Amino acid sequence: MNGRLGKWVGDHIVLLVGLLVLLYMFMPIFIVVLMSFNDPASKNSYSFDGFTWHNWLNPCEPIGMCDAVTLSIRIGFLATIGATALGTLMAFALVRHRFKGRSVANIFTFLPMASPEIVMGSSLLALFVSAGFAGTLGFWTILIAHIMFCLSFVVVTVKARLAGLDPRLEQAAMDLYANEWQTFWRVTFPLVFPGILAAALLSFSLSFDDFIITNLNSGQEVTFPMYVWGAAQRGIPPQINVIGSVMFFLALFLVISSEVFQRRRARVTA
Amino acid sequence: MADSDAEDLVLTGVTKKFGTFKAVDDLDLTVPQGSFFALLGPSGCGKTTTLRMVAGLEELTAGAITLGPQDISYLKPYKRPVNTVFQSYALFPHMTIFENVAFGLRRQGKKDVKKQVEDMLELVELAQYGARKPTQLSGGQQQRVALARALINRPQVLLLDEPLGALDLKLRRAMQIELKRIQTEVGITFVHVTHDQEEAMTMADTVAVMNAGLIEQMGEPKELYEHPRTTFVANFLGQSNLIKAKVNGTDGDQIRAEIEGSTLRVPRDRAADDAAVRSGSVWVGIRPEKVFLAAGGTETSDGSNVLRRGRVTDVSFIGVSTQYLVRMPWGQELMVFEQNTGAREDFRVGDEVDLHWLPDHTFLLDADQDATAGVEREDLG
Ligand SMILES: Nc1ncnc2c1ncn2[C@@H]1O[C@H](COP(=O)(O)OP(=O)(O)OP(=O)(O)O)[C@@H](O)[C@H]1O
Ligand SMILES: [Mg+2]
Repeated sequence: MNGRLGKWVGDHIVLLVGLLVLLYMFMPIFIVVLMSFNDPASKNSYSFDGFTWHNWLNPCEPIGMCDAVTLSIRIGFLATIGATALGTLMAFALVRHRFKGRSVANIFTFLPMASPEIVMGSSLLALFVSAGFAGTLGFWTILIAHIMFCLSFVVVTVKARLAGLDPRLEQAAMDLYANEWQTFWRVTFPLVFPGILAAALLSFSLSFDDFIITNLNSGQEVTFPMYVWGAAQRGIPPQINVIGSVMFFLALFLVISSEVFQRRRARVTA
Repeated sequence: MADSDAEDLVLTGVTKKFGTFKAVDDLDLTVPQGSFFALLGPSGCGKTTTLRMVAGLEELTAGAITLGPQDISYLKPYKRPVNTVFQSYALFPHMTIFENVAFGLRRQGKKDVKKQVEDMLELVELAQYGARKPTQLSGGQQQRVALARALINRPQVLLLDEPLGALDLKLRRAMQIELKRIQTEVGITFVHVTHDQEEAMTMADTVAVMNAGLIEQMGEPKELYEHPRTTFVANFLGQSNLIKAKVNGTDGDQIRAEIEGSTLRVPRDRAADDAAVRSGSVWVGIRPEKVFLAAGGTETSDGSNVLRRGRVTDVSFIGVSTQYLVRMPWGQELMVFEQNTGAREDFRVGDEVDLHWLPDHTFLLDADQDATAGVEREDLG
């Protein structure tokens, strides 16, 4: 009896621990989704007081929240494009070209990732102010800041992908009558694309999420994380959980659909 | 350069340096149009580097490469009528097998791609695999895709960098025959790199033996085997007994060389170079399978080369033949391979034997060279 129980535990322990860890990781998200249906008794209530559709039907009810979300999405979008384009070019240069100061450049692109956000944020503010932008802090300074801190992540991600790319594939393409341009678009780019895509997604989520650097350089503008921070002082409106849930389900949808897409492609070619 | 019509591939003084290291050193090579040319040599001798220079993937440090009347030394790879089967296949992982094979045709804007690709896949027996990705194929199948992808373009020169390396023996033999058949059929010049001497000899019209960035010797397989000009070739292609001897004169068109009181005769045209003969100190070479064994003191026919008073130190029976090691009075061990015809009892370890062989099978090499150059180690099989 004891032996059988021991065996059962032995067989399932990995599964069990795995489930517990998953539970631990997803608990906050369950709470966010749950609280998006909350009908709070008072402004400062953090408990589930009753079920309602109201929050989902009136997501923009809290004053300024939807403006903050829109601003964050706009900045996230532009920062993603800027950082991905620049970072990809940098990654190509760092991996493919032998130039003087290459290893130093490598270290310097890595450095911003390692330095504390609060330091970067405040020094950036000092820079903006001393450059005479003190009165015009806002959309553009936020965007510049976001592109800056996303850049390192893009470079590192794309570089990893590029370093794993066998240069002989490009040589084979050239050997098979593809000129430099065709080689890039037919062979190099498709093979590096997953890295670029990952870098873009990472950039967006970093930008959308950022509070510390943004807070220091935003002037009068309010991004979503700043709004949530401010609201938390007064009592979080349940609509914030709606936005949180939407973001989560959107991410989930993206992950699942890319998975399905890949499976289907694998099945078609099998 | 021969007649101007021929689209021979000619390398003149081709040199490639990596830093200060010379991977290919002042190489001269002529590959006649339509021939099956094998480049044979040990690992690291510069075979791949040579091919890459012909393909345009590596820049020459010095020298020139011409194809027929055209100097292609500095042409971009995609402008050369040359295709490569890479040592590592280098199939495009994001494309199907069909698209991999179609790649070259599409870049050249050829018509009728579908039909041609299907025919080519048929030829390499991969017709049903067109829709798969390279990772879904076995190593041998990938190799055949790499071959199809290059061959479909009907280049003037096809470069094959150990294209059969990953195959098991049976498939390897089958592909060797297939490759040879394809080459004869399409009449394309094949430059085939390998370090498998048997493969080089069975397939090629001409074999060039390469060592440390240099061509040691070039010729028909039989010529190379029967008449090696360096100790490296003598040892790398098959096995050889090299016996140090002193030249002490000539008899008509035969050279006499002496070792420990025995006189060995070698036809003059089988001496690698006259300078060695004049200097007096030479290696007398004989292939182990050309040597006959006789019990010590047996009469031998006139005109044979004879070495007496050998003692058998090792006998290994390997089915079709028996391999003997015989220690000579001066301490050297010589190899003798005998067919198992059953005509005579095998010798045993300790028996005294005489070795004899025909002067026509003997060759002379310059004694300045290392007698062990190119000896294949056990682990290289
Ligand atoms: N890019 C490079 N940089 C420096 N040295 C190189 C480079 N490519 C090749 N070499 C050197 O040049 C020599 C010849 O290399 P190559 O690849 O031509 O050998 P190979 O004859 O094809 O050998 P194998 O049979 O193992 O494929 C080797 O000693 C190798 O280390
Ligand atoms: Mg090689």
